Amino acid sequence: MEIKVLGSGCAKCRATVETIETVARETGRDIALEKVEDMRRIAGYGVMSTPAVVVDGKVAHKGSVPTREQVRAWLA
Amino acid sequence: MSAPASVPEHPSRPDWVWHLGLVAGLVLWALLYRQLVPLSETVTTLFPVDRHSHTGEAIAFFFYDVPKVLMLLVLVVFAMGVARSFFSPERTRALLAGRREGVGNALAALLGVVTPFCSCSAVPLFIGLVSAGVPLGVTFSFLISAPMVNEVALGLLFGLVGWKVALTYFAFGLAVAIVAGWVIGRLRLEGWLQDWVRDIHSGATAPEPVAAERLTLVERYRLGIEAVREILGRVWKWIILGIALGALIHGYVPEALMARVMGADAWWSVPAAVAIGIPIYTNAAGVIPIVVALLGKGAALGTVLAFMMSVIALSLPEMIILRQVLTARLIAVFIGVVGCGILAVGYLFNMLF
Repeated sequence: MEIKVLGSGCAKCRATVETIETVARETGRDIALEKVEDMRRIAGYGVMSTPAVVVDGKVAHKGSVPTREQVRAWLA
Repeated sequence: MSAPASVPEHPSRPDWVWHLGLVAGLVLWALLYRQLVPLSETVTTLFPVDRHSHTGEAIAFFFYDVPKVLMLLVLVVFAMGVARSFFSPERTRALLAGRREGVGNALAALLGVVTPFCSCSAVPLFIGLVSAGVPLGVTFSFLISAPMVNEVALGLLFGLVGWKVALTYFAFGLAVAIVAGWVIGRLRLEGWLQDWVRDIHSGATAPEPVAAERLTLVERYRLGIEAVREILGRVWKWIILGIALGALIHGYVPEALMARVMGADAWWSVPAAVAIGIPIYTNAAGVIPIVVALLGKGAALGTVLAFMMSVIALSLPEMIILRQVLTARLIAVFIGVVGCGILAVGYLFNMLF
């Protein structure tokens, strides 16, 4: 499963990456996590507020740090 | 804000408990708020200092203002959190796309107040607006008003100086955003965007209509509470630090000194206040308590408001973020136009009040 976190270096973006890593460890899911900080690529997803999360090429979340429940739902 | 799924579900609690809780909370808030003066005086008497000495004044100022400001902020931030749940950047974009300059500038400045905004999202937001065909000047109106006219600044001003100044700040903040955005639009500076952004802008297409998120009232309450937790968790230390500094100024700095340096008679005080404000970067929470203490010491209202607007609206970190989409020339124009607007507000106020 491919997960991308969009957002350039704000505190919330780091928190988002951490949340996803933690949940992935807990559930034992194998994920390829990538941080996208390049504004052109972020803009390419049509996202207007960061942090945003892209799951398998689709924007699943934007504008806030996702909750663990949400991340679990994506990984399920 | 994404789907309502971002709000954890607690289906066990019926809606009326929430409504009742909100009313009870408001009543409790009002009762406590009315007791703040006696409470702060009681706390001050616990210190082994004369109440009417400089130290006594400073301590009383601190213990009255900290709880008062925090309480007001809880109320204002909660209300704005609920109000913001009706808006999203996507919806704002849909409302602004294809809007003409003038009306568009005014609408953008107003939407800047209510749309959820964080300066770390300024770039994707900028691109989102520009790529949807929102004119550059209209986009700037939004970008100026969003950080400057915010609930924390208004709540603090309301709590510390009174509603008249808060309302004036609101009105003039909007005016600066509208006029500065309009001027930038008239200058036709689309060519001064970074190349890749310009390409997006020229190929702009109207965005698809966005349906408003359907949230229940209780979900909106939750978003309000979330906003209080998030914002107060971030700014409380700034507020305490700011009020402590304000208390020191209140207790120790002689009035004549402030009146001379920041009074209405010193014509150079407004430009100096704007210039000093640009490199200073703090949020509204840190700067306003200091501003209030300055006011109390005879600094002129226009000078102080200009300082405040400059600190909040023109910040170096935000310029560095925007550098990714704007050329240095365009940023210089942006600073120049907004700076002139703030100068005008400062002088106007010093003249009027």
